Amino acid sequence: MSQYKRPTSEAEFKKNFEQKKPLMNDTEAYYESSRCLFCYDAPCVQACPTHIDIPLFIKQIHTDNVTGASKTIFDSNWLGNACGIVCPTGVLCVGACVYNHQDVPPIQIGRLQNYATNKTIDANKKLFKVGAANGKKIAIVGAGPAGIACACEARTMGYEVDIYEAKDKPTGLTVHGIAPYKITNEEVLKEVEYLQNQLGFNIKYHSAINSKEQLKQLENDYDAIFLGVGLGKTATLQLDGEDKNGVVGAVEFIEELRMKKHLLKVPKKVVVVGGGNTAMDAASEAARMGARKTVLAYRNSKEKMGAYGFEYDLAISAGVDSLFNVTPISIVGNGKVEGVKFAKTEMVEGKLKTNMKNVFIVRCDLVIMATGQAKQGSFYDLIDDLEIDNKTRISVNNETFQTSNPRYFAGGDAINGGAEVVNAAYDGKMAAQGIHNWLNN
Amino acid sequence: MIDLSINFAGIKAPNPFWLASAPPTNSGYQVMKAFEAGWGGAVWKTLGVPVVNVSSRYGSIDYRNTKMMGFNNIELITDRPLADNLREIEEVKKYFPDHAVIASLMVESRAEWEQIIKDVENAGADGIELNFGCPHGMCERGMGSAVGQEPDVLKTIVGWVKDAANIPVITKLSPNISHIIDPGLAAVEGGTDAISLINTIKSIVGIDLDSYAPYPIVDGKGSNGGYCGPAVKPIALHMLKDLAQHTEISKVPISGIGGIETWRDVVEFILLGATSVQVCTAVMHYGFGIVREMEAGLRQFMEEKGYNTIYDFAGKALPNVTEWKHLNLKHKVIAEINEDKCIGCDLCYIACDDGAHQAISLPNDANNRIPSIIEENCVGCNLCSLVCPVENCITMVKKDDGKEHITWNERTLNDDVPTTFNDDRAGGKGHFVPKPADALKHKS
Repeated sequence: MSQYKRPTSEAEFKKNFEQKKPLMNDTEAYYESSRCLFCYDAPCVQACPTHIDIPLFIKQIHTDNVTGASKTIFDSNWLGNACGIVCPTGVLCVGACVYNHQDVPPIQIGRLQNYATNKTIDANKKLFKVGAANGKKIAIVGAGPAGIACACEARTMGYEVDIYEAKDKPTGLTVHGIAPYKITNEEVLKEVEYLQNQLGFNIKYHSAINSKEQLKQLENDYDAIFLGVGLGKTATLQLDGEDKNGVVGAVEFIEELRMKKHLLKVPKKVVVVGGGNTAMDAASEAARMGARKTVLAYRNSKEKMGAYGFEYDLAISAGVDSLFNVTPISIVGNGKVEGVKFAKTEMVEGKLKTNMKNVFIVRCDLVIMATGQAKQGSFYDLIDDLEIDNKTRISVNNETFQTSNPRYFAGGDAINGGAEVVNAAYDGKMAAQGIHNWLNN
Repeated sequence: MIDLSINFAGIKAPNPFWLASAPPTNSGYQVMKAFEAGWGGAVWKTLGVPVVNVSSRYGSIDYRNTKMMGFNNIELITDRPLADNLREIEEVKKYFPDHAVIASLMVESRAEWEQIIKDVENAGADGIELNFGCPHGMCERGMGSAVGQEPDVLKTIVGWVKDAANIPVITKLSPNISHIIDPGLAAVEGGTDAISLINTIKSIVGIDLDSYAPYPIVDGKGSNGGYCGPAVKPIALHMLKDLAQHTEISKVPISGIGGIETWRDVVEFILLGATSVQVCTAVMHYGFGIVREMEAGLRQFMEEKGYNTIYDFAGKALPNVTEWKHLNLKHKVIAEINEDKCIGCDLCYIACDDGAHQAISLPNDANNRIPSIIEENCVGCNLCSLVCPVENCITMVKKDDGKEHITWNERTLNDDVPTTFNDDRAGGKGHFVPKPADALKHKS
């Protein structure tokens, strides 16, 4: 039984989606920063995909140099504020904190990071300067974290930067696809606005790039192109009845929720199919939207789930039920979803087999498919000589982020198949340096 | 454009962050590693006739969860042959010609001083620092702080050194003296080009409760050590101030030493007149990387205040450090408690009631622990705000209108100060104090 009431107002929505990592106050930051040991060659830094000098910024917070702390953070990660909130710190920096070895609570690095960047953004402290104009132009496709990071880095080196974005907001999944109890739209957008004010890159919204002609135009107009296109819509499982009214993709569901908030109608019974972090988010969100019963269904065992343990725990704590070793066979209902027919699965000689003799139906009004996002394969076909790997990811040089077509660079989900915001932020930054080196060689 | 480079008595360095003469500057390996990490200069571990050291050399004081708040050592000067040190100094200068390498020296006779000065000059040292401060071991042999405590001897040796040296000479002073002006002035009169201070303070950091020996324990016994680390900073700042405010002494530059760990410490030393800073304990605790925080913070401070070099603000606090008799007796602050922030620990209440002026009261309500200030009793002493564990919860608020200004000095000149034991002009006359027997009401 879910513990959440259906939210009927913005305030109730906020209450149901209360932030998991609230902002630290001054006293909390003072004590927490005092605990950092300033480890040599610190494990937290090694664990951070962007290698932020964490002991340094924590010491800077403690010595009341909050602006300097933010500089340290942004110097390594252009989306330092968003990452402080949405990073799975428990498996990254915080998980690496040496205190864990003595059962002392690890330093809350993400929240300290946010404490600094949030103050700096709110005070609109100018930390960065545009580099002297070098007369060269970079086009960026996609204003997700990879694209934003690439733009910021390129601007500091004096490039003119235009970002082409299909939607009406920047940061991609950070604003559209992350659970609202992790980060709010306002938090995401104010960081981009802060960066844009200082670095002056252009974002052209409602400007999807999806034709060969457009790409040719970009190739004509720009010296280099960065692809930060992310992934596409939720991939279909080709199930019988998947086209019924009431079947939605998880990414689409979360996006709608983030934009409509309490105005989104979530029915009483919901089934979420999948075992990744997106499935956990979608299930948790359905429960927080007041669904009476939310069932998470994963085809393999609990241990095999792709989701982090803490994400699963979060969903369970929101009142979500889970079913393991079940695979959907078909969606049942008369035009409209009435349930999902599952078959049990079992491991036979290391392979997952479906047992069609053990079939049952779970009744529901909404099915959320969290079964992975489709790759942008048809878009990649439009670019000459663009090498794609066997999982439809763009192949890049892992230092320069250059693709097989030298004019194109890429980063983020498009090259890793779907990872964290922090990975995309790193890729974008490095790609800008890759572009710079290539154009100046 | 911020430029951190300095010219300290003719010794040039890319920044004011120097390593003090101590274990971190024992070898060329360490000094080069430090320069790579961002240090601008290093004062080599004191050279002289090499010593023999003991095993177990350091002790420290932890305060709550803070390790090494205070640190002491009984290690002596270098135990490596002079030739090895000279060769490494030469090598370091080859790799880092623009960084400052200063040779700390400690020998006895004039002939030894003349010889070792020639040697370090030939090795390429940019300057010399005279170790007149070491308060353990070496002083028993008539060197180190034994010299720093005898201004006349100090002046004579500085004279010898100045006669022999062609490179700038820094005299490092011992704090183990009641009046720092005396050795400071003696150094200047002897002709020193600069002064550095403080060296370590004579100390015993603790006694082992099983073996009854002081730390660090050497086979059941111990000796006094030299105390340093964050705990000594206030002593260092005060001695620095004394020298920097002195008309004659302040003609030479001063290198500040003593408990420096963060950018704030660095700025404080500079504000009191230091134009280079030397660090040891923080490096012994955290490694050379600690300089990152110092440099980033110093730059941030200078950028926000609009300074281009450290000389733009060096000594800027000196005019504000004055004698007590020149403080404004009409200035009045009282404490204010932010009830929204208060967490009800009531440390301010008990600190004020037991340790100060009985100016905080608790509500007569078992469910409410928020204390309040009794304004008419509050003397503005700060104690409550100092003990309060919550940031910006207790603040001291100015209550006077700033129009009146009178100092003890002025009142003395006006014959308006208490002169008899029961003078009506006593500052505390009429000030509320609870009746002695009220104390017994607390007994339950």
